Amino acid sequence: MTDHETPSSHAHEEHAHPGAKQYVAIAVVLLVLTVIEVAIFYIPALKGILVPTLLGLSALKFALVAAFYMHLKFDHRLFSWLFVVPMFFAVAVILALMVLFGVLARR
Amino acid sequence: MAVAAHSTAHEHEHPTSTGLNSRKLLFWAFLGSECLFFGSLIATYLVYRGRDQVGPHPHEILNIPFTSVSAFVLLMSSLTMVLALAACQRGNQRGTAIWLAATALLGATFVGGQVYEFTEFFMHGLTLQKNLFGCTFYVLTGFHGTHVTVGVIWLLTLFMLALRGRLPAHKALDVEIAGLYWHFVDVVWIAIFTLIYLIQ
Repeated sequence: MTDHETPSSHAHEEHAHPGAKQYVAIAVVLLVLTVIEVAIFYIPALKGILVPTLLGLSALKFALVAAFYMHLKFDHRLFSWLFVVPMFFAVAVILALMVLFGVLARR
Repeated sequence: MAVAAHSTAHEHEHPTSTGLNSRKLLFWAFLGSECLFFGSLIATYLVYRGRDQVGPHPHEILNIPFTSVSAFVLLMSSLTMVLALAACQRGNQRGTAIWLAATALLGATFVGGQVYEFTEFFMHGLTLQKNLFGCTFYVLTGFHGTHVTVGVIWLLTLFMLALRGRLPAHKALDVEIAGLYWHFVDVVWIAIFTLIYLIQ
């Protein structure tokens, strides 16, 4: 290892965080997605696709905040793994309990 | 400029075996554990949804327009939070203080809205012991509101530090970690808003 090769320089793989303009642009997208979510809720014709559409929009908002505002897109991948793996288990627990209690069968 | 500001924030780090800042690593692990915590509360709500013998039921009292505004307020607080971090990384302590104050104000507005909502529900007869909906709803949203309240106190502490000129660029990690907590609270609300309020 040379003088310039510290452990930090190897492991960081980090990029510069976005600037204010990009943050505002993400906020506008999040706002539009929220308006679409609420609008879909009030449109009776879309009742059939309400659940998958809302879940998709919600997941997109979640991903945008995590990637850009929490900087997971720019920071080291280990941070992403520390967050995504427990989240996967949380979703698995939710689905497993819903199956166990027959919630999905009732729908 | 952003690259320079970012590298400034890491100048005072100690070398670690992972090469990553230990505080930030630990905080991400904490947020991972919080995913499981809120996951279990959401699971409980979903499992018991629609099994109430007595009302009030969700569709009778949930106020979507009001909660949509609350969701908007919390989303905008995430924007002001990242702007506070960006200002801190640039060494702009006045800007940091302003954006931190704005974030705390928006967070307090959200908590105020939740207090109003809980009061309204109580007036309509929904208590913690009334039915399964009341129990699971209050526990889930109450824990979220508590997290927001803790976040507001944390932000106000940082705001005081920034006012006294004690949040220079090399302390940007302090703001970044508070920001991670704040954004996590925001993403949990994104999930709650959809699963509890919109999908009834």
